[in-house]
Amino acid sequence: MSLINEQTRGVYTLFKKEVLRFWRVAFQTIASPVITALLYLLIFSHVLEGRVQVYDDVPYTAFLIPGLIMMSLLQNAFANSSSSLVQSKVMGNIIFVLLTPLTYLQFFLAFLAAAIVRGLIVGLSIYLVALFFIDLPLVHVAWVITFAILGSALLGTFGIIAGIWSDRFDQMAAFQNFVIMPLTFLSGVFYSIHSLPPIWQTISKFNPFFYMIDGFRYGFFGKGDISPWVSFFVVSTFLALLVLLSLKMLKSGYKLRG
Amino acid sequence: MTVPAIKIENIQKQFGSLQALAGIDLTVQQGEFFGLLGPNGAGKSTLINILAGLLRPTAGNAAIMGHDVVTDYQAARQALGVVPQELVFDPFFNVREMLRFQAGYFGRGKANDAWVDEIIESLGLTDKAHTNMRKLSGGMKRRALIAQALAHKPPVIVLDEPTAGVDVELRQLMWAFIRKLNKEGHTIILTTHYLEEAEELCSRVAMMKQGKIVALDTTANLLSKFAAKNLCITLKSGVLPESLRPLLKKVEGATFTLALTELNQVEFALSELRKAHAEIDDMQLIEADLEDVFLSLVGGA
Repeated sequence: MSLINEQTRGVYTLFKKEVLRFWRVAFQTIASPVITALLYLLIFSHVLEGRVQVYDDVPYTAFLIPGLIMMSLLQNAFANSSSSLVQSKVMGNIIFVLLTPLTYLQFFLAFLAAAIVRGLIVGLSIYLVALFFIDLPLVHVAWVITFAILGSALLGTFGIIAGIWSDRFDQMAAFQNFVIMPLTFLSGVFYSIHSLPPIWQTISKFNPFFYMIDGFRYGFFGKGDISPWVSFFVVSTFLALLVLLSLKMLKSGYKLRG
Repeated sequence: MTVPAIKIENIQKQFGSLQALAGIDLTVQQGEFFGLLGPNGAGKSTLINILAGLLRPTAGNAAIMGHDVVTDYQAARQALGVVPQELVFDPFFNVREMLRFQAGYFGRGKANDAWVDEIIESLGLTDKAHTNMRKLSGGMKRRALIAQALAHKPPVIVLDEPTAGVDVELRQLMWAFIRKLNKEGHTIILTTHYLEEAEELCSRVAMMKQGKIVALDTTANLLSKFAAKNLCITLKSGVLPESLRPLLKKVEGATFTLALTELNQVEFALSELRKAHAEIDDMQLIEADLEDVFLSLVGGA
């Protein structure tokens, strides 16, 4: 029996459309974040290599790469679902999806899956390009994959919430500039939180992005600031809460159906 | 007895303190070409959005082909195709892609592609099938919108002011196509500002005003009931006898238009003119149109 039948074709079609939507403008949605991440890599490794040593046997450039991959993956998963929703709300073409028999759950799954795909493609691209520059260990592949999927799912879900809530592009940009950016930059992309003063170490532990990045990095080096299981638990819990919130919004028709 | 295409029972919709729909009852049978008329703000679009599931009713029930639009919304939406009023489009895809996606959302796969091609051809979109939606002219976008509503081959089609800002040529092509669909058994519900359009196309008409239906009848009955004929007379004196004042509808210089509810009023008008020794320069008997019905129901100006 084929996986695509009368019941599943609707959600599959929406997923496919959402993937094609960013794929058509891949220069902007994939190439551009990859270039940005490589610029960070170039500059930070040039300035800090040899001056900052986070783990004894890990060069700073190698330490930086998983952080940059995760940062770009998270930002792009968020950008995918949020910008698609805001754009189709502003343009009005969201109506084409709202008129269909798709359930709110199918709606959610299609947007989420497309966001995960975009996040993973961007993350994988940066990883592959980075391999040209440096040897990167890969101690626990399963953790790498787990946190990549959890992270893009979490931000994809957050993007759905932001996309439904925002009526205009600038509102969505506010999410990006005042929530996503500070949380990523203060999460240990560029440093280990052990290098911070104690008060900032404590504050960082309230940042869910810290757990995604630390768990992801653990997969590469086999060491991190905290146990990957703790990160896994925190990230999963946070994901579950956001999924519940976005499903609640979608089910009630908040800002989509009057 | 077949299920009605649309059955609306006491639908009410409240937006805060504004009552947009004040209890609408309406049944449209399968195969009808039905017109929904009314001034802006009468509640036509609200009613359509409730049928489409874009709005939830405050009270009452609505069903499409027997499927409740709230409790059985999936089956209801399968049966319904809506052409929205606004020229909305997805800027990332071309016409054929959009139509296939649209059919796909409804669970239609490859087998439906022939139908998609048929719509593209019937609406004169063949040349534009591979053109990005963004690059289409307004008229072409309008055609693509109609095509999108039809992509899943719904038995009931709602067109919300489809001819607003559409040129004559396209309007005719559109109506020929919609008429053909109606002949093939599709139920058509049309909202429009163009009364002559409704008069020409719709076999039955509902007129709405302030969230209520103020008239619901066959187009022919409405025409005969509310204003059978217009008598247009031009008088040399330019003065209409006082006794004819109650019938007066419009004055243009010395030309008076009298609204007659019955044909035998012509005799009355003529005898009054004779009594007043009014000399007639010109006289015409004009069939009333829906505009007269509309104005007399919805209240002038």
